[in-house]
Amino acid sequence: MLLSEIKDIVKAEVLTGESENDLRNIDIHNACGSDMMSDVLAFVKDQALLLTGLINAQVIRTAEMMDILAICFVRGKTPPESVIELAKDLGMVVLRTEYPMYVACGELYVKGLEGGKNAKAL
Amino acid sequence: MLKHYNIDGQDFSIAGEASSDFKRRLKKLGISPDVIRRVAIAMYEAEINTIIHGGGGECDAEVSNDKITVTFTDHGPGIKDIDLAMQEGYSTATEQIRELGFGAGMGLPNIKNYTDDMEIETEVGKGTVVRLIVKL
Repeated sequence: MLLSEIKDIVKAEVLTGESENDLRNIDIHNACGSDMMSDVLAFVKDQALLLTGLINAQVIRTAEMMDILAICFVRGKTPPESVIELAKDLGMVVLRTEYPMYVACGELYVKGLEGGKNAKAL
Repeated sequence: MLKHYNIDGQDFSIAGEASSDFKRRLKKLGISPDVIRRVAIAMYEAEINTIIHGGGGECDAEVSNDKITVTFTDHGPGIKDIDLAMQEGYSTATEQIRELGFGAGMGLPNIKNYTDDMEIETEVGKGTVVRLIVKL
């Protein structure tokens, strides 16, 4: 699913400055939703989106280690500017939606964006 | 390649900088993306553990011909029961740490899952050494 479609589905805004055209060039294969970064680190993702309500720098660091392409902050939460800058430095796209976690994940799932595999499958 | 990092136990906002730096260096060496991701995730988990449980410490990361070895050393309280600590979901992290997104009891199990070998030397009241190895 293209990141531009994801943005439309969850009615998100882009916090890292990418254009619609930029988002159309990013293909997301699966997603996970969690506020626990250790849970995020337990699952293998390929070209993934992370949805979370946590807004500290460790969200970006976790995504960096997992090679996650994009992060969507839920419940209308806005991370500090330093967190957005860190994401920009690492080439990650950051979105924000007013939807709560359950609704954002549900909307994306019913439109065909699936979850990831367990780490033990490595 | 051998890199040494000091892991600051006081500033959680910079947690992960050692793992981030080492990941960038592995990319420059042309190591396969799968190996890099496994090392990065395991190292990041261990770095977080060193901060939240060990109160900070040191890290030595080495790339040799056939493997990558990363060793974290702290002088924290040590691990009382390693078998219990290895169980998914078991954690002694504080509520404050959980609010920061960690302490789900997945750290050591994650490290084990992503590495080819993991060694833990620990002594209550003296500290812990965690060594993770990923083969090239």
